[in-house]
Amino acid sequence: MKRLVALAGLAALPVVVLGGFFVLPVAGMVARGFWPDGAFDPGAVAEVLGRPRVHRVLWFTVWTSTVATVAAVLLGVPAAYVLYRLKFVGRSVVRGLLLVPFVLPTVVVGVAFRQLLREGGPLGGLGLDGTPAGIVAALVFFNVAVVIRTVGAAWEGLDRRPGEAAAALGASPATVFRTVTLPALRPSIVGAASVVFLFCATAFGVVLTLGGSRYASVETEIYLLTTNLLDLPAAAALSVVQLVVVVGLLAISARARRTPDAAVARTTAPPLRVRRSDVPQVVLTAVLLAVVATPVAALVVGSLRDAGADGGWTLDHYRDLVATPDGPFSVSAADALLTSLRTAVDATWMSLLLGGLVAVTVTRRSRGRAERRLRGVLDGFFMLPLGVSAVTLGFGFLITLDRPPLDLRDSPLLVPVAQALVALPLVVRTLVPVLAGLDDRQRQAAASLGAGPLRAFATVDLPAVWRPLLAAAGFAFAVSLGEFGATSFLARDAEPTLPVVIYRLIGRPGLDDYGTALAASVVLAATTAVVMLAVERLRVPAVGAF
Amino acid sequence: MRHAWSGVRASAVVVALAAVASSCSALGGSSEEAGDDEVVLVVHNSFALPDELIADFEQDSGLTLTIRESGDAGELTNKLVLTKSDPIGDVAFGVDNAFASRALEEGVFETNEATWPAGVDAYALDGDLDDVLAPVDNGNVCVNVDTTYFEERGLQPPTSLADLADARFKNLFVTPSAATSSPGLAFLLATIAQYGDEWPAYWDRLMANGTRIASSWTDAYQVDFTQGGGSGDRPVVTSYDSSPAFTVPEGGTESTTAALLDTCFLQVEYAGVLTGAANPGGAREVIEWLLSAEVQAALPESMYVFPTRDGVELPAAWASYAVRPTDPKTVDPAEIAGRRDAWLQEWTEITTR
Repeated sequence: MKRLVALAGLAALPVVVLGGFFVLPVAGMVARGFWPDGAFDPGAVAEVLGRPRVHRVLWFTVWTSTVATVAAVLLGVPAAYVLYRLKFVGRSVVRGLLLVPFVLPTVVVGVAFRQLLREGGPLGGLGLDGTPAGIVAALVFFNVAVVIRTVGAAWEGLDRRPGEAAAALGASPATVFRTVTLPALRPSIVGAASVVFLFCATAFGVVLTLGGSRYASVETEIYLLTTNLLDLPAAAALSVVQLVVVVGLLAISARARRTPDAAVARTTAPPLRVRRSDVPQVVLTAVLLAVVATPVAALVVGSLRDAGADGGWTLDHYRDLVATPDGPFSVSAADALLTSLRTAVDATWMSLLLGGLVAVTVTRRSRGRAERRLRGVLDGFFMLPLGVSAVTLGFGFLITLDRPPLDLRDSPLLVPVAQALVALPLVVRTLVPVLAGLDDRQRQAAASLGAGPLRAFATVDLPAVWRPLLAAAGFAFAVSLGEFGATSFLARDAEPTLPVVIYRLIGRPGLDDYGTALAASVVLAATTAVVMLAVERLRVPAVGAF
Repeated sequence: MRHAWSGVRASAVVVALAAVASSCSALGGSSEEAGDDEVVLVVHNSFALPDELIADFEQDSGLTLTIRESGDAGELTNKLVLTKSDPIGDVAFGVDNAFASRALEEGVFETNEATWPAGVDAYALDGDLDDVLAPVDNGNVCVNVDTTYFEERGLQPPTSLADLADARFKNLFVTPSAATSSPGLAFLLATIAQYGDEWPAYWDRLMANGTRIASSWTDAYQVDFTQGGGSGDRPVVTSYDSSPAFTVPEGGTESTTAALLDTCFLQVEYAGVLTGAANPGGAREVIEWLLSAEVQAALPESMYVFPTRDGVELPAAWASYAVRPTDPKTVDPAEIAGRRDAWLQEWTEITTR
């Protein structure tokens, strides 16, 4: 009984927040679809599911997301090895830079991708413009960092000795990887893959820009149905389908993620020097870096080019970023960057607080099947925000959070909370593999030596988890800096974040605005890189402390 | 010992983070300053006006103006419809003639006593008998051509919608999607105004002639258009009648692009008082401010649109290079409201075939 009370106490805050800021708005929006004119009419929703276009959209979403996820894992795991287990100069810089694509505004990168891929563009020969392959490539570009970071954080803390023992017994490196390393990494790989799949399945800007009107995903379709056609039954149908698919996916991944045994060492194995056998991974990582760098380089070049067909080099676009008070925008990009940073700080602590509570709750040792199942359901529950359309959520905020006690739709709280919800699954997925990998006997030992629950947490859990916690903080910060979807669908006061300003700039029919939008994107990317490098710096002394 | 030490370090980091969080959090500084003298203006995401004008308004009226941005014209309209029982502001700006009928039918706006200056009336919405929606700005979506492209090749550029489907101009035209872009929809409406119920046949010919559909205006103009930022490969693009004012080379006296005046569709953006507004008086003042000479004069530079008020001086580049159509195409707003969904569905079928 006491255990259940403790569980409820830990889970209460995250559950209430998710209930108020996610379940209620989404349910409100879906209800509008099922009760179109106040009367319950599920027929309209059912009819939508029979439309051939809906089938096409569903299938497109599923297969592109699957291919992109597989590709991201295949490319990300070797890179995680190179970046987190090997020692070389500039390692932390590369790690920081790899998160840059993750925060770049998708609308801008979409345009950058098209400039590279279009007929006559630098990569026009590949014939990817307007094809699903182009969309998949962009999805991988955005999400490979999730795999690298999540898997890398787990790999870094992996006890090296079992592998060495296997090698000493004559196992080849491949066998060691297959029988020792991979099973230990499986929870983090599956966790990262499910997050990436959800990110891909709900990708919005990329599909809209690169898909044109020919290719649509469930997410872009919900957007069109809600913002353009106001066909709420159809949007509700697709939202429900999204939910069903996500829940199914989470159930499968929870099964595959189950930790085999306590594998997390409380130390970080010192990184090794690069050996000859590492060459394939290193080469693959280098290629991956080059591919990721290409669109970023295109952005930088574009931001330095004068508008017009035969423009020379210029810094004007960067000057435009700071000078505005007398221009058409009431905020300069510098102010917007400040707003972004402040919002990101809020979103980060919120997601760390909530994510930390969730991670601790779901990884406590369960007594009995029912309790274990309950913790499993909680775990999945907090992944849901990733899988549900930002449009549905944003519109839901407007129609449900409009009266006391939740009269919050104009609250400054809303944007950071929405972003924290998006970052929450990343935080949970980064922390859970580590906490779950801790041997519960350590906590029991601490308890039998007289430590209270808090003390046991501080001496057993915290030392193992604080490094992943920093990684998660960096992630949450980056998510918030780059978040556009949920933010843009909320009604905002005049203080926009930088991605919102970029979106405004890029849509304006002036040639110079485009360059300024690119320059602002470069600034956003640079800021992210700096923040990530600072986080990496925080980690370095710990690695070298023993 | 080591573990204890990293525990201490971890707590130090947490404390440091908390300190950072509390010092630069966005939550602390924002106190609600709602009251009788606050008026909330809901706008689309292209809204922009110089700070001084907003400050002047607040000073002259004694009101605090809160501007809340809410997506593009379509998203804004639909949000207003969904929240009409509990409006998200007092006054809205940015609903255009492609969406206005839906908003009127749904009773999103209520009548107001705002006085309109001369010239504004010419842009009033057809079917809006009570002048509920005040026309604030207008602009035309027109097909633009890269004149240098055709000069260099000694060719005549296209001049009409029919030309775009002509084999002489095969693979030269790019237009934003009608489903995802407001100028894209305007171009579709222009073809419907021209061809009536025969428009699907025209679009069949257009697609057979190698027309490229981009996802947005930005995509079409900045990536595919030969005079855009990305030096694309298509010299004919759907854009605005003001666009040629932005393609005058430095020191040049002639724009490198031109709008085809027989292909234009008129877009008008309206402002109106929201039904159930907390501050209807303030809302009316905002509308009159939007129609004032100062705001109207700032529209071209701030939002790339033309004023509706008579006698407003245009920026020099606009006056010289932005040639306006005398008789742009229009479609009855009520018909747009009733048939847009069906049109878009059919259009999507044709263009993704």
